[in-house]
Amino acid sequence: MAPPAQSQRSPSPSQPSGKSEVSDLKLQLRQLAGSRAPGVDDSKRELFKKVISYMTVGIDVSSLFGEMVMCSATSDIVLKKMCYLYVGNYAKVNPDLALLTINFLQRDCNDEDPMIRGLALRSLCSLRVANFVEYLVGPLGSGLKDSNSYVRMVAVIGVLKLYHISASTCVDADFPSILKHLMLNDSDTQVVANCLSALQEIWSAEASTSEEASREREALISKPVIYYLLNREFSEWAQCLVLELVTKYVPSDSSEIFDIMNLLEDRLQHANGAVVLATIKVFLHLTLSMTDVHQQVYERIKAPLLTLVSSGSPEQSYAVLSHLHLLVMRAPYIFSSDYKHFYCQYNEPSYVKRLKLEMLTAVANESNTYEIVTELCEYAANVDIPIARESIRAVGKIALQQYDVNAIVDRLLQFLEMEKDYVTAEALVLVKDLLRKYPQWSHDCIAVVGNISSKNVQEPKAKAALIWMLGEYSQDMQDAPYILESLVENWDEEHSAEVRLHLLTAVMKCFFKRPPETQNALGTALAAGIADFHQDVHDRALFYYRILQYNVSVAERVVNPPKQAVSVFADTQSSEIKDRIFDEFNSLSVVYQKPSYMFTDKEHRGPFEFSDELGNLSIGGEAADNVVSAQRVEENDKDLLLTTSEKEETRGSSNNGSAYTAPYDGSSTSVFALQTHIESAISNPTAADHSPQASLAIDDLLGLGLPAAPAPPSPQLKLNTTAALDPSTFQHKWRQLPVALSQEYSVSPQGVAALTAPQALLRHMQSHSIHCIASGGQSPNFKFFFFAQKAEEASNYLVECIISTSSAKAQIKIKADDQSTSQAFSTLFQSALSKFGIP
Amino acid sequence: MAMISQLFVLSQRGDNIVFRDYRGEVQKGSAEIFFRKVKFWKDDGDGDAPPAFVGIFNVDGVNYFHVRVSGLLFVATTRVNVSPSLVLELLQRIARVIKDYLGVLNEDSLRKNFVLVYELLDEVIDFGYVQTTSTEVLKSYVFNEPILVDVAHVPSLGPAAIFMQGNKRMPGTAITKSVIANEPGGRRREEIFVDVIEKISVTFSASGYILTFEIDGTIQMKSYLTGNPEIRLALNDDLNIGRRGRSIYDYSSSYGSGAVILDDCNFHESVHLDSFDIDRTLTLVPSDGEFSVMSYRMTQEFKPPFRINALLEAAGSLKAEVILKIRADFSPSVTANSILVQMPVPIYTTRVSFELEPGTVGNTTDFKESSKRLEWGLKKIVGGSEHTLRAKLTFAQEPHGNIAKEAGPVSMTFTIPMFNASGLKVKYLQIAKKSNTYNPYRWVRYVTQANSYVARL
Repeated sequence: MAPPAQSQRSPSPSQPSGKSEVSDLKLQLRQLAGSRAPGVDDSKRELFKKVISYMTVGIDVSSLFGEMVMCSATSDIVLKKMCYLYVGNYAKVNPDLALLTINFLQRDCNDEDPMIRGLALRSLCSLRVANFVEYLVGPLGSGLKDSNSYVRMVAVIGVLKLYHISASTCVDADFPSILKHLMLNDSDTQVVANCLSALQEIWSAEASTSEEASREREALISKPVIYYLLNREFSEWAQCLVLELVTKYVPSDSSEIFDIMNLLEDRLQHANGAVVLATIKVFLHLTLSMTDVHQQVYERIKAPLLTLVSSGSPEQSYAVLSHLHLLVMRAPYIFSSDYKHFYCQYNEPSYVKRLKLEMLTAVANESNTYEIVTELCEYAANVDIPIARESIRAVGKIALQQYDVNAIVDRLLQFLEMEKDYVTAEALVLVKDLLRKYPQWSHDCIAVVGNISSKNVQEPKAKAALIWMLGEYSQDMQDAPYILESLVENWDEEHSAEVRLHLLTAVMKCFFKRPPETQNALGTALAAGIADFHQDVHDRALFYYRILQYNVSVAERVVNPPKQAVSVFADTQSSEIKDRIFDEFNSLSVVYQKPSYMFTDKEHRGPFEFSDELGNLSIGGEAADNVVSAQRVEENDKDLLLTTSEKEETRGSSNNGSAYTAPYDGSSTSVFALQTHIESAISNPTAADHSPQASLAIDDLLGLGLPAAPAPPSPQLKLNTTAALDPSTFQHKWRQLPVALSQEYSVSPQGVAALTAPQALLRHMQSHSIHCIASGGQSPNFKFFFFAQKAEEASNYLVECIISTSSAKAQIKIKADDQSTSQAFSTLFQSALSKFGIP
Repeated sequence: MAMISQLFVLSQRGDNIVFRDYRGEVQKGSAEIFFRKVKFWKDDGDGDAPPAFVGIFNVDGVNYFHVRVSGLLFVATTRVNVSPSLVLELLQRIARVIKDYLGVLNEDSLRKNFVLVYELLDEVIDFGYVQTTSTEVLKSYVFNEPILVDVAHVPSLGPAAIFMQGNKRMPGTAITKSVIANEPGGRRREEIFVDVIEKISVTFSASGYILTFEIDGTIQMKSYLTGNPEIRLALNDDLNIGRRGRSIYDYSSSYGSGAVILDDCNFHESVHLDSFDIDRTLTLVPSDGEFSVMSYRMTQEFKPPFRINALLEAAGSLKAEVILKIRADFSPSVTANSILVQMPVPIYTTRVSFELEPGTVGNTTDFKESSKRLEWGLKKIVGGSEHTLRAKLTFAQEPHGNIAKEAGPVSMTFTIPMFNASGLKVKYLQIAKKSNTYNPYRWVRYVTQANSYVARL
């Protein structure tokens, strides 16, 4: 049958609804439904194709459901597939009609062709109609036992689909344990991989309500399972799945770590970037607490990362570059000799250049600053103005990092002489920052700044910077009072409140230094300021006015106190956030430069994602001070490989200045030769290059439970009343440590009555030296994370506690650095909890 | 955890060509949300900021990934915090698989074969989890015959397509063959293509020094051999990988020794490297379809195929002169084609007059007023030759300071068939024989293209 002429034009969404076409199709399908004429399958194919193409462009063809099903009684597999596709799409909105398809799908599930069995089973499970689940259990059960691996592959995913339609049906049919068996025994690795995917999803969802599921989930990252999976040959995609699982695994000792790394070494040469990044994540996470090896890992992964950046599509290349960026920002000194790789190419998109500029800024050190700054100055004249600006900022940042300030100041001053508006603007802001850090340069800078006409500076940030300098150095700049005066006279034309605020302050400062020349301007400025419609400007002007009235010398002490040079300007992102992004290596967090809780709903964060209450805590930590102490910065340069929070732990200790001591063999047959060196360092806590404190921290993080000083188990556990633990360390430990104890307690009726809000319990537990790090929930369900420390040593207990006031039960999970005392701690915890609400 | 929610392919205009929802967890209209965002990206946010990366973005908790292949947008959505490399690689691989089946990948072929594409998508991903992307494995699941589109009118696509232009030795249609469609005669031609494709990046300083250089290469293979015979691909004997212990930019270390030293490389998973350390031979059983056998990166010093000399000098108060010289530093038996030289000039330039050497043919010159750029196009450059362009600039205002700082850099794009700068060679391509008469066609081709080829003023 020839298709009607009108439908030969290609469908497009601009077609209003395709109503007449749809009813046309309906008619034609009816005619064909019963026909047994030769060639009818070909006509059907044409019609089916048309239906599917309408469906694709978004025309609603659900009204054809009945006809489509009628036409699907065929042995033609192409027709069958199109019909399955259609049915899968519309069954949900047509549950009654969908029932019609169950029959033939079930029949096809028993077809002798495994291909048909698989297809039918997949379609059956894709109907997504809750009433049908009873029809799924049988075919799924036999599908999982099918002799053909294709059918089993489909069946395993089918179980997961069933779980999403009806979790209880899936669990009651005992499918999870069948999957577990298949995962550990099936001969086909794709079946194994699908089991792993399905079980991760199912057990993660069940874990919140079922103790068993949460145990099963933990078992996935147990040694036997991990080793079994590591030793099977998976497809590249399934490898990514397994590697992601391996990052969660906590090896018991360093030889295990080296075994895993040697086994995976060749994956770093894989053509699939996803496999390489997943492998890198394993390496980075396994060696987190072995500083030297961790550094070797950085050296090892450089080349493969750079190769991935320069191969593949621009999108892929950017995704990898983001990861390289993360590592460079974390350990810039390791990449300092690779700076040329971060030079921008003229045809790269701006977002790539921007990352590269940040990397160039980070890796600048004594030996390469000259070349990097020379290169950056090339970009400053770039036709791409936003990048030119960023380049100038980068030069300024490098200057603030103290390398060869001398030469850089000259360059910045040259920028000011280039007479390009945006270059001048950026340079002014930088010179201001520079002067805040290096007041000793004021003489040279002021000479140049004084030549800049304020009329040529329009951008608010730059204008504010210029005004700040005029106020700050008014004693050295001949014209300062007069320039300020002319700016004040044009008060009404100044649209930026920021500039007007700076102007007020600058006129004040100038007044204290050169009162006769400034008095006039000050009066005008204060009057204009008080009349200003902007609240902040008004308030500041009024405040200045009153404080001047009160006492001029007090005013000077307030407005223009002697300043200390700023040692370092704070990062915009807190260290907790950065650590979290690093923890989420090889995920979108790195590309977005945000931890996952900022852009993903709770249930989609992945099976082993840490609870979000803690995530919220770290947001609070973001509002860090604008300026951090100089001491910390110097430390940063030395032990950048530790997580930022670990740095704080080791800050007091002497730094081991050791660079990597053994040459790391970068070839495919490499062996982590440093193993013995590291082991001796760990097992000998008093080794010269580690202070006892530092090695203790390493022990903890490794989770080795190395008895540094095997203290006799004290019967009476004493807790530190002033214990402290920051959220990121808590998270880190929570992820690394196994669950030592998992128990359920009853809560007294008084306790239930008192628990109206989480805060009540926090105070109570604190009086028992058990501190809360995060809490949440509403009546009747509350969730808490507590921690406690032993009184005599830095050994932590971490507790997750879920209290249901309706059932008067508390479920707790305890993790401990020292597992042997977890029972004693549990007793303490229970006794503390039982006293809650009892006066 | 890679859970893809939806996968769709959009035309350049934003029409759905195929749309597959795997998990039903992303609301309707995601394709429209995606397309609007991508199309109007630049209007987003403040105009001063450089455009952000659009390959991946998040709207209302849904992450959108896309790659552009042959003018089509391949898009995946997910709510999970997945590995971006994984999803982007997957999209690229899906595009390649589709191309393997359709022979040609473009809007027309996709529209004609969308049912076949659905068949593929159903097997590649199940409930959001990747099952397989192997063209070979997928063969047993695909029942639709591809409807082939006419190649003649199709613009060339993909890296291997560069062989189609200006090089008559190669059968251009071969790379547009479907892996499953039969030839008109009913028999398939037994053949295999090995392409060595290199992209060069060089930056020359104002004084002609080489500041940076890099070659990114790939050995691409496309096999139409039946019965999966084993293949041995022998590379240079003096090929070395990794420059351990040395600075990557140590220019003098290997110069003159003749050895080819790669910084790093990676291999397709089907490649066996058992004898690579001994005789630099890669052994593999090529699966159907196109794939990259090996990718490599080299920063060892090589001879740049072109030398660029650029000069910008003031000539009077409102005038300046530009002299551009291009010298082809390769053998006269090799010819580069599609050469384009571009140079931004000071923004106050109002008029440009060009002067070519007498007797030149096939050159085009242009002054792009809006972007203030000179463009010099050359159809062909024969190895060993030198070409010069003079241009007189007229300014609207008197330049202050150094005009060279307001112009440049000079950039250049080109394609050089049958040439590679790295020196990496395929010594031989051996196919395990099934019988004495079995002698498939073997094509080994080289091509070099400019990636970022720049000279500063």
